[in-house]
Amino acid sequence: MKKLLITTTALAGLAAGMGAAQADDVKIGVFLGFTGPIESLVAQMAPGAEKAITEVSESGKLLGGVNVVSVRADTTCVDAAAATAAAERLITSDKVSGIVGGDCSGVTTAALTNVAVPNGMVMISPSATSPALSTVEDNGLFFRTAPSDARQGVVMTDVIMDRGIKEVAVTYTNNDYGKGLADAFATAFEAAGGKVTINTSHEDGKADYSAEVGALAAAGGEALVVAGYLDQGGKGIIQASLDTGAFDTFVLPDGMVGDALPKAIGADLNGSFGQAPGTDSQGAGKLVEMAAGAFDATSPFSAESYDAAALIMLAMQAAGSTNPSDYKGKVLDVANAPGEKILPGELGKALEILAAGGDIDYVGASNVELIGAGESAGNYREIEIADGGLKTVGYR
Amino acid sequence: MEILNAFVLLANFVLVPAIAYGSQLALGALGVTLIYGILRFSNFAHGDTMAFGTMVVILFTWWFQSMGLHLGPLPTALLALPFGIAACAVFVLGTDRLVYRFYRQQKTAPVIYVIASVGVMFILNGIVRFAIGTEDQQFADGARFIVKAGEFKRMTGLDEGLAIKASQALTVVTAVLVVAALFWFLNRTRTGKSMRAYSDNEDLALLSGINPDRVVAVTWILAATMATIAGTLYGLDKSFKPFTYFQLLLPIFASAIVGGLGSPLGAIAGGFVIAFSEVMVTYAYKKFLAYLVPADWWAPDSLMQLLATDYKFAVSFIILVLVLLFRPTGLFAGKSV
Repeated sequence: MKKLLITTTALAGLAAGMGAAQADDVKIGVFLGFTGPIESLVAQMAPGAEKAITEVSESGKLLGGVNVVSVRADTTCVDAAAATAAAERLITSDKVSGIVGGDCSGVTTAALTNVAVPNGMVMISPSATSPALSTVEDNGLFFRTAPSDARQGVVMTDVIMDRGIKEVAVTYTNNDYGKGLADAFATAFEAAGGKVTINTSHEDGKADYSAEVGALAAAGGEALVVAGYLDQGGKGIIQASLDTGAFDTFVLPDGMVGDALPKAIGADLNGSFGQAPGTDSQGAGKLVEMAAGAFDATSPFSAESYDAAALIMLAMQAAGSTNPSDYKGKVLDVANAPGEKILPGELGKALEILAAGGDIDYVGASNVELIGAGESAGNYREIEIADGGLKTVGYR
Repeated sequence: MEILNAFVLLANFVLVPAIAYGSQLALGALGVTLIYGILRFSNFAHGDTMAFGTMVVILFTWWFQSMGLHLGPLPTALLALPFGIAACAVFVLGTDRLVYRFYRQQKTAPVIYVIASVGVMFILNGIVRFAIGTEDQQFADGARFIVKAGEFKRMTGLDEGLAIKASQALTVVTAVLVVAALFWFLNRTRTGKSMRAYSDNEDLALLSGINPDRVVAVTWILAATMATIAGTLYGLDKSFKPFTYFQLLLPIFASAIVGGLGSPLGAIAGGFVIAFSEVMVTYAYKKFLAYLVPADWWAPDSLMQLLATDYKFAVSFIILVLVLLFRPTGLFAGKSV
């Protein structure tokens, strides 16, 4: 009997020893839409998040030197069932300790309420911007380094009003993101004395948009606000509007800001403008340097992705634990004042300060300042299309 | 002047786009209807056959462009079209040999064919995405517009502009030529007549010595031709994306059924009925009416829109349901579904 016990213990010890290299790794899920409507943005977002993860891992200072690895999972951006299944897999089979994501508001809400909250998993989204997520029942598990679209609605109003435009038509992609943004904008724009002539949806991936453009043109307006996706219906609407001469100036919110759009449409898009989250802070520039051509850190939500991953790991360090229920309360502490300001590339230093019991104020690449239930206060980069490319004209 | 403005407005936003879209649907529906009339099943792979043919056209277009070949104001894709048609014909004949011939010999029920065609659809889906990717591809070159909205305003002095894209004109001209050629073929040539005979009564046709294999092969080649032409025209007018071609299947089938499955004339009518109903029912007539009715009588303050654009797909399906309820054989008395 004794022998048997010894053997069992030895075997168990051996198994544990063999598994050690694996089991001690802290895994962080990178839960973004690698396929689907914003796959071209995600191509720059995922490397952003993974940059922070390798930085921390290489510093060897997280919780006494654990190794951190990333695990990718696909939200598809549009398919709630697929996203829920992917989040389920991250938590139950990959055993991640935190999730960077999701990306689009609809799938993020689905994964949060169906999987993350029941399993007590922390999710920090770099790009889900629906105002509805501010009030969602999250047990303190959900944060975002992206601002709510309620804020973007106000910024977009300022951007448009400053150009002397008082009357616009609005079309939005028929989902949580599009509807949330369009409504937030319409409220803000009308409160500022502007007029929204029509506020109507379009479906992505359809064969023909002449009916939508016909209705928008009949309603009229000095510019068309397209709250959609740049490689989906949003592009179709713009193309059809230009072809029929319905509109020649377009306002492009975050989902429409990307180099692919001016490339596809061409010179006709010159003069259109918009905004996407971004800052001119030191941090943004630093991340671009660190990316060193490996990815485009100025692409929308790329900086936010880096920050989301960094916040998870800093909160772990502050709590001294990788258990989400332990570190969820620390996220706001590390993100906001008081404490020493932390920029990208200084994660090692931040981990040291935290280990010594000090305070940090994570600034990161996107000037992180979490407000309310844990969402970014919101810094926006105002862009204009000129010479067939995106040009940054200012920050708000 | 006001009446002219009203008409130009309507032409720009309703007539021109709907005629172009209708022609594309009609060409697609012709392929579906031919297969249905002669092989007696609904070919769900048709949308992806369009994508496959168009993909080959695009690949050839790029090759020609890289060699510096072009057609001046016309898109290079026209030069590549015969190659696309040939490749697509070879492909569908291959699927017929591998998949459908087996079921034909077994004299299987039509529903089995339909399911088999869904399988073919998924395979085609995969092949196209594998070869050219899932993204949007632009392959249109040459002149983009015949008349631009701004130029039209300057030329005529009207308040409303009219834009006609080269691709729209090309679509309509090609559609007319193709339809004329198809009707000539079906009504005047020996092969065409034997196809119609086979479609009307298979047993009688076989008794009178018509070679069924030949009829089937010619049908597939015609369907592949229609699919490639429709797909290329659609791609030139909008853009090529495998997913939207898959989505095109719905309006194409709606057109074929509304017109009457098996009736070529019905397919064309159905294409235009669907395209016009999608655009016209959801169009906001505010500006149009404002031009026609003097402002001091009555000025519309709503958008004068019958249905919001969100419902445009509902419109074509309501028409479909009504036709199936009251005239199951379609407008032009095809076969009942």
